[in-house]
Amino acid sequence: MSFPWAEHYTPKHPAMQWIDEKLPLPRLVYNAVGAGYPVPRNLNYFWNFGVLAGLALMIQIVTGVIMAMHYGANTLVAFGTVEQTMRDVNAGWLMRYAHANGASFFFIVVYLHIFRGLFFGSYKAPREMVWLLGLVIFLLMMATAFMGYVLPWGQMSYWGAKVITGLFGAIPVVGEPIQTWLLGGFAPGNASLNRFFSLHFLLPFVIAAVVILHIWALHIPGSSNPTGVEVKGPQDTVPFHPYYTAKDGFGAGVFLILFAILLFYAPNYLGHPDNYIEANPLSTPAHIVPEWYFWPFYAILRAFTVDFFFVPAKLLGVLAMFASILLLFFLPWLDTSPVRSGNYRPTFKKFFWILILDVLILGYCGGAPAAEPYVMISQVAAAYYFAHFLIILPLISRFEKPLPLPNSITEAVLGRDVIEGEREALPGMGSDPQPSHAG
Amino acid sequence: MIRIGAFLVGLFFAGWLLISFLVGAVAFVTEPPAKTVEHEFHRDPKHVSFSFDSPFGKYDQAQLQRGFQVFKEVCSACHSLKFVAFRDLKGIGYNEAEIKAIAKQWAIKTPDVDPKTGEMSTRDPIPADYFPKPFANNVAAAAANNNAIPPDLSLMTKARHHGSAYVYSLLTGFQAQPAELLKEFPDAKTPAGLHYNPYFANLNLAMAPPLTADGQVTYGDGTKATVDQMSQDVAAFLTWTAEPKLENRRRAGLATIFFLLIATGLAYMAYQNIWADKKKAA
Repeated sequence: MSFPWAEHYTPKHPAMQWIDEKLPLPRLVYNAVGAGYPVPRNLNYFWNFGVLAGLALMIQIVTGVIMAMHYGANTLVAFGTVEQTMRDVNAGWLMRYAHANGASFFFIVVYLHIFRGLFFGSYKAPREMVWLLGLVIFLLMMATAFMGYVLPWGQMSYWGAKVITGLFGAIPVVGEPIQTWLLGGFAPGNASLNRFFSLHFLLPFVIAAVVILHIWALHIPGSSNPTGVEVKGPQDTVPFHPYYTAKDGFGAGVFLILFAILLFYAPNYLGHPDNYIEANPLSTPAHIVPEWYFWPFYAILRAFTVDFFFVPAKLLGVLAMFASILLLFFLPWLDTSPVRSGNYRPTFKKFFWILILDVLILGYCGGAPAAEPYVMISQVAAAYYFAHFLIILPLISRFEKPLPLPNSITEAVLGRDVIEGEREALPGMGSDPQPSHAG
Repeated sequence: MIRIGAFLVGLFFAGWLLISFLVGAVAFVTEPPAKTVEHEFHRDPKHVSFSFDSPFGKYDQAQLQRGFQVFKEVCSACHSLKFVAFRDLKGIGYNEAEIKAIAKQWAIKTPDVDPKTGEMSTRDPIPADYFPKPFANNVAAAAANNNAIPPDLSLMTKARHHGSAYVYSLLTGFQAQPAELLKEFPDAKTPAGLHYNPYFANLNLAMAPPLTADGQVTYGDGTKATVDQMSQDVAAFLTWTAEPKLENRRRAGLATIFFLLIATGLAYMAYQNIWADKKKAA
């Protein structure tokens, strides 16, 4: 893969040569995230979030493995062992708060990464597989986060598990057996806690594996860029290392500062107080709410209040909630506009910002009690969410007249196509402006 | 084909949501949701300031010790503190000998097994023990407390919104039920055996006012033990029991952020330096 002008790995040190002959792992790394991977020179800060998501995953795995060393997956002791970690384990409070807030930061970063992809059309050919694998990672993250939230065995853990597994109970005929099978009982209990712990430990490594596939698939066509115009020659790219490792280093610093502020000064801000009450199957909390990163989907779930003939409203809500994520898998084929970047799509751009606002409103309603006016607001917002992806987006891509695209990435950056003097240095590169994608 | 299918699915979901909205809106207009007594009369915690409020604030050890005294002499008769051990009192400024004495003289004894007979028995707590529970089990707790189980207090200030202020407000918030409440909601009269408190989620609390008179405890440091003072002190103490590592956390945070600011500054300069020849035309 990669572009013909990619730099080649040439180990100088005899030890590296020896390793490279036996196992070309350094070569693999060099080509994946080193100087061997040419990247468009015009990436903006929104392209930092992929690396930041990887960083967040690593923070979760390290803190999580340490937490697991002090955790007891048994309903009798789980809550107490978490408290003991906080109180008696050296830096246990740091691991716990880093893990809980790390999950939130992981989702913040991934949501920004997804919205970057949505705005700049990163899901379009030839990068559909990158998008699809990314959605698989997102689904795995949601499953992992949900099960992780059950482990401390607080009130929200217990009742959240009950509500979410109860969603499967809405499926006709087979629903209740499925729910019982998932929980290993009729209500969340020791069997549920044990399997959730096992899967919560396993899934991050599955995520890591899919991340490798995600990056592999990305490296076939190479990274997209804010203009959406494909790379045409060496003048359009810079080697990943040192150019983007340096930029990502700065991005990681900013990320860690924001993370540290929350972690050290408001570690319980994003959590729910009820989860500091030990699980009690006999006492239902006044408002059962999931963690903030599920709020938009929770709002869609609760927005269905009217039965559709013989289909109960609850089942509709469950179907809609799953559909709201699954529809993203079809996005590459719903948005048929040949122009990738939202910067050159005036109508798309307006609706994109409406979508952002819409998702924020859904999130707000999902965290609010299931009462009016929140239900009515989330009904309108959820209607827009589906209409946006399934009706409006395909129509826009059909009728919109995009703005003229720059001829190349270099032109977009420098205002002219190829730097004088570099032209001779590029054997075989045509200097004629190539037809744009919109053309 | 995909687009036609998507269009139909989108039309169905969006259409049915809008119909649901209309049904909900009609119901909202014709039968507005009834006001609840909790919605009308529940109050957010009072404003009260503590030494640890600000991001760099610390616990006031004298206050924590006073709060511990209130817990010991008042709260501990009914409430457990199961995640805190006597040894932890080092964190509020007691030395080992003092902790040993506190444990030994604790009114509630630690359940144990008689080493000679193997029979269940009790003994004086030692510093390594967690605070013994006042009731043997939940049934005993409920039986002794008008069918309500006094909750464990270890995490109370983290288990409620604005927990420290909540504990203070609850302790100082007992009052007679307002006349307007009974006028508006005649069915909401506080049942016998419960106590009206607007800071409690459902307004009626099984716990009788625990701090009723100034001077209920006698502080060793000469602080006047008003109800307000005792409530603040015990709220501070329970903030410490819920978050004993607060000061470590804030100190570590300061060092971490200081380090990260420098590292990020250097990273930014490295980034600018490396990109110097790529940002503009050579």
